[in-house]
Amino acid sequence: MIEMQNVWKNYPNGTIALQGISVHIGKSDFVYVVGPSGAGKSTFIKLMYREENPTKGEIFVNGFNIGRLKPRKVPLLRRSLGVVFQDFKLLPRLTAYENVAFALEVIGAQRQIKRRVREALDWVGLVDKADVLPEHLSGGEQQRIAIARALVNNPTVIIADEPTGNLDPETSWGIMKVFQRINDRGTTVVMATHNKDIVNTLRKRVIAIENGRIARDEAKGTYEYED
Amino acid sequence: MMGRHLREGVKNLIRNSWMSVASVGAVAITLLILGAALLIAFNAQQMSQYVAGQLQVNVYLKQQVTKAQAQQIVGEVQNMPGIRSVQYVSKEEGFKQLEQMIGTQYHDVLGGLSQANTLPDKLIVKAANPQDTVTVAKEIQAVPGVDKVDSGQQVVNRLLAFLSVLRNIGLAFVLGLLVTAMFLISNTIKITIFSRRREIEIMKLVGATNWFIRWPFLTEAMLIGFIGAAIPFAILTLGYRSLYVHVGGVFPILTFPLLPVSAVAIKLFGVMLLIGLFVGIWGGIMSIRKFLRV
Repeated sequence: MIEMQNVWKNYPNGTIALQGISVHIGKSDFVYVVGPSGAGKSTFIKLMYREENPTKGEIFVNGFNIGRLKPRKVPLLRRSLGVVFQDFKLLPRLTAYENVAFALEVIGAQRQIKRRVREALDWVGLVDKADVLPEHLSGGEQQRIAIARALVNNPTVIIADEPTGNLDPETSWGIMKVFQRINDRGTTVVMATHNKDIVNTLRKRVIAIENGRIARDEAKGTYEYED
Repeated sequence: MMGRHLREGVKNLIRNSWMSVASVGAVAITLLILGAALLIAFNAQQMSQYVAGQLQVNVYLKQQVTKAQAQQIVGEVQNMPGIRSVQYVSKEEGFKQLEQMIGTQYHDVLGGLSQANTLPDKLIVKAANPQDTVTVAKEIQAVPGVDKVDSGQQVVNRLLAFLSVLRNIGLAFVLGLLVTAMFLISNTIKITIFSRRREIEIMKLVGATNWFIRWPFLTEAMLIGFIGAAIPFAILTLGYRSLYVHVGGVFPILTFPLLPVSAVAIKLFGVMLLIGLFVGIWGGIMSIRKFLRV
C-alpha cells in the first residue's frame, strides 16, 4: 500500500523536515501518526498524496512512485486516495449532497453519481442532511460530509490530517467510529493526530515522528506526549 | 464535459461582473477602433482604383504649338491604345470657361486680357479602362508638343498617404489598447482564480485533471474576448449599413462605390473575432500560468 525507503525532505527555507524515513503500511492497516508539532508529521502525510515531493528516497503509494510521478499523473494518484482535513474543506455554497457529488463531477465521472453519493452519505449516517448547507451543520456533521466526499470514489487508502482537531471529545468519538467502520471494510487509514485520549483508547499501530525521524513504530501503541 | 466548462465560465463571468464588464469594455473599445480602421482601409483600396480612374487626365500643350499641330496631337492621342475619349479645349475656349467660372461679378478682373491669353491649349483624355489612367498619362507625356500631364494620381496619392498615416496612428493606438485589454482580462481571471481558490484546492485534492481545472478560467477569458469582439462588430456593421444606405452605396465626395455591407462584414467578423479570442486566451493563460499552480 504505502512504502517509504530512506525518505528525506528539505524545504527551500533550509528546514530539514524528514531525515531518512523508512516505513511500510500494509492493506487495511489503521495507523496513527503522532509527534510534537513541527516534528515532520505534516510533511510525512503530505508526501503520501503528493502535496510535497521528496528530496531524496523512494515512496510508493498504491503503486505510484511519488518521487517520479509526472504532474499529469498526480490526479490518478489522488483518485486512489481519500483525504480528510482538520478544517473539513467543504464548499460553503454547496449542499452536503453537492459537496460529495463535486468530487465525482470534477473527475469526469458521469454514471450513477446520485447512487454513489447516497451510498457515501449513508456510510457516514447523514442521508437526511443531504440538502443542508454546511453552515447549518454541526462541526461533527461537516466532518462526516468531508469523509463521505473522501469515500465516494472508493479509495483504498484514507489519509486524515488531524480530523478531530476542531471537534469536542464526544463528537470526536463519533468521527472515530466512522473511521473504524471504514477500516473494517478493508480500507487503509492513516491518521495524524494530537488526540491522546483516542490513541490510548482505540489502540492501533502508532508511528511517532520526532525531529524528522521515526522514534517509535508500535502495534497497539500509545500516545506518550503531554499536549 | 465542455458544457460544464462553459457553464462554469459563464458563472465566473457573472460572479465578478464589474471586472468582466471592464474587461469586455476594454476589448470592445479596442476592436471598435481597429474595426473602424479596417473599414477605412478596405474602402481606401477600393477608392484608389475608382477615383484614379474617374479623374480625367488633363494634358497641357506647349505654348508654341499651333492649332494645326494641336489637331495632330489630338489624332495621335486618339490612336493610342486604351483611350476612350479625347476632348480638345483651345486656349480661347479655356479662357471662356475661366470667365464663366469667375462669373460676371468679377468680370473686370480679366479686363482685356483676352488679347494676351497665356492659357495653354488643353486635351481632356479619358482612358478606356480606369485602372490604366496612370499608364496612359505617362504615354501621353512622351508625345512631342505636350508640356504637362495631370492624371489626378497626385490627388489620389495624397489622399492615400493621408489615410495610411491615419491607419498607422490607429494601429499604434490599437496595439497599446490590445496590451491594456490583455492585462485587464488577465487581472479579471486572477480575481476569479482567487475567489475560487477553495474549489480549486478541493478539485486538486480529489484528483481533477489540470486541464479540467483550467478550462473554466480559459472559457471565461475567451468569453470576454468573444463578447468584446461581438459588440463592436454589431456596432460597426449596423453603422456601416446605415451609412451605406444613407449615401446610396456611393461615397459622396469622391463618388466611388463603397464596398457592400456583406463583403466587409465577413472580413471584419473574421479579423475581430480572431483578435478578440487571441487577446482573451492570452490574458487567460497569463493568469492561469501565474496563479493556478496545478
